[in-house]
Amino acid sequence: MKSVIEILKEIRPEFDFAASSDFIADGLLDSFDMVTLVSALDKNYGISIPGTDIVPEHFLNRETIEALLRKCGAQP
Amino acid sequence: MNFTFRRKRITGVLVVVPENERSFAAEMKNFNFPEARSLKLKEVMGFDKRRVVEPGVCVSDLVVFGLEHLFASDLLKREEIDALLLFTQTPDHFVPPTSNIIQGRLGLKQDMLCLDISQACAGFVIGLMQAFMLLEQESIKKVVLVNADVLSRKASPKDRNIYPLIGDAASIVVVERDTEDSIIQADLKMDGSRAGALTIPAGGLRQPSTMETGILEDVGDNNLRAKDHLFMDGAAIFNFVQTEVPPLMEGLLARTGVSKDEVDYFLCHQPNRFMLQKLAEKMKIPYDKMPNNVVEHFGNNSGVSIPTVIAYNLANRLLQERVRVCLAGFGAGLTWGAMLLNLGPLSFNAIIEHK
Repeated sequence: MKSVIEILKEIRPEFDFAASSDFIADGLLDSFDMVTLVSALDKNYGISIPGTDIVPEHFLNRETIEALLRKCGAQP
Repeated sequence: MNFTFRRKRITGVLVVVPENERSFAAEMKNFNFPEARSLKLKEVMGFDKRRVVEPGVCVSDLVVFGLEHLFASDLLKREEIDALLLFTQTPDHFVPPTSNIIQGRLGLKQDMLCLDISQACAGFVIGLMQAFMLLEQESIKKVVLVNADVLSRKASPKDRNIYPLIGDAASIVVVERDTEDSIIQADLKMDGSRAGALTIPAGGLRQPSTMETGILEDVGDNNLRAKDHLFMDGAAIFNFVQTEVPPLMEGLLARTGVSKDEVDYFLCHQPNRFMLQKLAEKMKIPYDKMPNNVVEHFGNNSGVSIPTVIAYNLANRLLQERVRVCLAGFGAGLTWGAMLLNLGPLSFNAIIEHK
């Protein structure tokens, strides 16, 4: 199973996600990247992230993404 | 708002799509994004083929073509049409109504009603409601409900938010009284406070089109768009659909005492594959009961998308059988509506190409 950072790097390989605490404000992820990321996270962890949770505050950084995954029953 | 209709039914569905097919792969270079990112998005959203009109083709051209096909095929007679309802966001002109233009081009009788109504992706559900209400009149026996849009003409080729998903089409749906004691239930909601999430800012009288409104602007997300172009706040629309549509459909089922298992198909407007998969997951409905394959073959064709789902996925079955369906349309306005009804057997159910 891939880590959150590994999945992020597959989507935007040009960025250093470990160095950012706000992926949205720093321009590392846009709304379409969030869609691509959710699709990848669903497949990787065998979950379904609810559509209502696909909002920027859940995708600010590794910690918020992992918190969302735990809420959806995954063990990141 | 709740609605109940009795003794009404759809008797035929025809969808007209332009012959001109575009592919996302060929258009990727138009967008200011690396191709690898666009390809990932293609996979998730289902972008692939779409049908768009050639320059100059208008809504009335698609509709006249479709109605002439029905007349020539003896599936509908000119003199039978008592009302022509046109739901569109892209009329031929501000004045006169495009439905009158269609009537005139086809030589339909004068003793009839032509009516344009401005609705988009929820326009099929609202259109059926209007058709059912008109059929309460003794003088109206057959309503032709038309949903049609050529929104590709209002989309910026440099806007990846909109351009790769837009499709053009028209649907012609015949609605009549049912000899059986059928009951159709519908729920509808509107929220004009969020109207700005899906809009064409210029071109009306509030902001007329000028040289300036036609200039492409960098809107801050690597997309270029003019004020004359269609704008969609994709994140706001996605959240709207995920938040509002499941309770609407589930509320309709609860109100009518119908379980999800008793519904054969949930036929929704077709914004993109991802949005529909998330809707299905939230409502715990199998993907095959909520088809999501219109965007990949035709693009998001606005109010025509539900007739396209019907004609593409259930073409032959509905010529023979009757199924119970829950429709859901949602979009500009903001507007969202759901309808529970029996569908079929139909006298026609097909997709044809406008040439």
